[in-house]
Amino acid sequence: MNRARMLATASVLALLGAGAQAGEVRMMWYSDGIEGEVMQDLLNRFMEENPDINVTLDNVAYQVIMEQLPIQLASGEGPDIARVTNLKEQAEHWLDLTDYVEDPEYWRTNFGDQFDWMRPDDSDIIPGFMTQLTLTGGFANATLFEQAGVAMPGEGATWEEWVEAATQVQESQQTAGAFSIDRSGHRITGPMISYGANLVGEDGKPAPLDDAAKAFITQLVQWTDEGKNLRDVWVSAAGTTYIPGADEFINANIPLYYSGSWQIANLSTKIGDAFDWVAIGSPCGDAGCTGLPGGAALVGIKYTQNPEDVGKVMDFLAREDIVKEFSERTLFLPAHKGVVEAGGLNFQTEDPSAKAALEAFVGFTGTIMPEANAMPAWRYANAVYGGMVNRISQAMAGEMAVEDIFARIDSDIAEQVAAADQTK
Amino acid sequence: MRPATSAGAVVTAPLRWLARATDVPLSAWQRLTGQRGMIALFLLPNMAIFGIFVLVPLVINLLYSTTGGTEFFLSDRPQVGADHYARLLDCGNYLDPNSCRDDMFWIAVSNTARFVFFQVAVMTLAALITALILNRALPGKGFWRAVFFFPVLLSPVVVGLIWKWILQRQGLANLFMVELGLEPVNWLTDRLWAFVAAVGVSVWAHMGFYTLILLAGLQAIPRDLYEAAEMDGTRPFRVFWRITLPLLMPNLLVVIVLSLIRAVQIFDEAYVLTGGGPGTSTMFMTQYIYEVGFANLLRNPGLAAAASILMACVLIVLTLLQLYLSRRSGAK
Repeated sequence: MNRARMLATASVLALLGAGAQAGEVRMMWYSDGIEGEVMQDLLNRFMEENPDINVTLDNVAYQVIMEQLPIQLASGEGPDIARVTNLKEQAEHWLDLTDYVEDPEYWRTNFGDQFDWMRPDDSDIIPGFMTQLTLTGGFANATLFEQAGVAMPGEGATWEEWVEAATQVQESQQTAGAFSIDRSGHRITGPMISYGANLVGEDGKPAPLDDAAKAFITQLVQWTDEGKNLRDVWVSAAGTTYIPGADEFINANIPLYYSGSWQIANLSTKIGDAFDWVAIGSPCGDAGCTGLPGGAALVGIKYTQNPEDVGKVMDFLAREDIVKEFSERTLFLPAHKGVVEAGGLNFQTEDPSAKAALEAFVGFTGTIMPEANAMPAWRYANAVYGGMVNRISQAMAGEMAVEDIFARIDSDIAEQVAAADQTK
Repeated sequence: MRPATSAGAVVTAPLRWLARATDVPLSAWQRLTGQRGMIALFLLPNMAIFGIFVLVPLVINLLYSTTGGTEFFLSDRPQVGADHYARLLDCGNYLDPNSCRDDMFWIAVSNTARFVFFQVAVMTLAALITALILNRALPGKGFWRAVFFFPVLLSPVVVGLIWKWILQRQGLANLFMVELGLEPVNWLTDRLWAFVAAVGVSVWAHMGFYTLILLAGLQAIPRDLYEAAEMDGTRPFRVFWRITLPLLMPNLLVVIVLSLIRAVQIFDEAYVLTGGGPGTSTMFMTQYIYEVGFANLLRNPGLAAAASILMACVLIVLTLLQLYLSRRSGAK
């Protein structure tokens, strides 16, 4: 066989085998901040320890995880491991790692509290682990408050008090808005529950919006009409498109921003020493001051050809020392029970604002209401989140009166639930 | 002494070899099936590609539109008959989206209809005026033609992003307005301005292509007609009305129909520019289908498929109109 023919044969064999070579693991990953670099570093270390396994990290945009990965999964394709946030809806596609990890009990002990968030109801599989726990909450631009001579409301302050204070800062400092909440149904659910909303019906399906839910939505739309809630974030899209308000806060266009703990690294990196900022937790309503817990998980995909190798990679990344290092370098709150209980996390940042915010968010977990804690494991949560966003945007844009959107939200959610429940 | 082999002969050698190699089977095929068989054979590759990438997906889409649930495989999806069509077409008053069961679909239809009307009208007029100007003996005529055609070469996503940077709250447009002492405008968060921006950007992006079609039509008009009109002392407006416009009409009709088809399909640049907002002011049909089928947290591919079939019906009518007009102008 001459050289050219040998090369051609080798190429064809390589192409044919590329999808499922033993020792090949592909991980689909998105980043909010620097976690992609940290993960690559950890994987390099894993490959040094396990030279027979090659892990390829595919860094993709979050939109790919939300829009393209589901289609790949539905067709029985996809990566071997993926970092996802839509945990419950796609639970049927996750690989049960029980037979592939070294010590399933270690997994159940340290990550078991969140397994129900990412596995089908009544299932006992080990689907993966949370790369970080998140909690929704607010941030305030301390410098703007100080320059305006406005005192920041203290612990237990209500949404109204925070918005009032932020409005005084807006007027004094001529900022574009007083505050912003990310355009996301998930983000406004915490405040709605704080107002006393009950989103889950007796049959476990979404309940029609109650007075408390309507009260917060009405208030939010009114704040938008009055120019307090920065209009651009919610109004500049249709559908359920997620739009964060982080850039507005980073550019000091608003003194108050409601998002979540995952923004800490982003704010720290982009704000630098431009101004001082603090985490304020979740302002209160009549029922409480809750944020909504959640996070991103690393899951094995059940269509993998190399489940043993996937198990080894997952075992490595779930190790206590690795989880600790990952959390410290990425500034994420860890989900590993052992790491949390041991304490002593040394978050690697020189930014005092970021350090203080991380510590503050650990404290805010004590204010999570049971109704909020149940949301990540509720299979209809996404139907509720998605059903609200578009209609609230319509009310903010002036297309519909706020009292008219409630019936539409209820019917949209009901249609979505009915569609989701249709099975063959 | 043998003559040196020319470069052309070297280049065409493989083709000549291929022609010789295929000559025998093709001749045999022609003897067997006649001229019709040869036509079919040459059409086969194109028809196969068309079938695989257009007809088969169309049939699958049609089947999809009669199924429900969130599963992607047809075999896993329950049959719901015409439920999705019934939901989309269930309206108290088709002119009032709020009276419809799926009001978002009818908002998208209404927005698309308004967009098509304004975009086609403005673009045809702008392309016509530009073509008339470029048809004159201008200095640097080639440069100006390139300037107007350049946006056509850009990716729609790039077009959307460029204009978003210009029109957003702290964008270039407002920077200039503030510099001039004017109040900044919410180009993308005011319902009217956002719609105007979507139409304007689309016109800017596609006008060059239609200008070229009209320019070709203008250059095909015999010069002696203009010379005769000039000798008669006909006024320029009358020349345009009586000579240019009637003779340009076939090209103009093609431009109108092609731009109609393109406008009904509007998605990418408008989606990047406004995301369909503010509210749903610039949410068009294709975005509705995309949102329902792919972007929503709970997807409904069956409903999206039904909406796309309804949209395909509109496009088929427009395409038939274009074919009819093309044939009619060809016959003349």
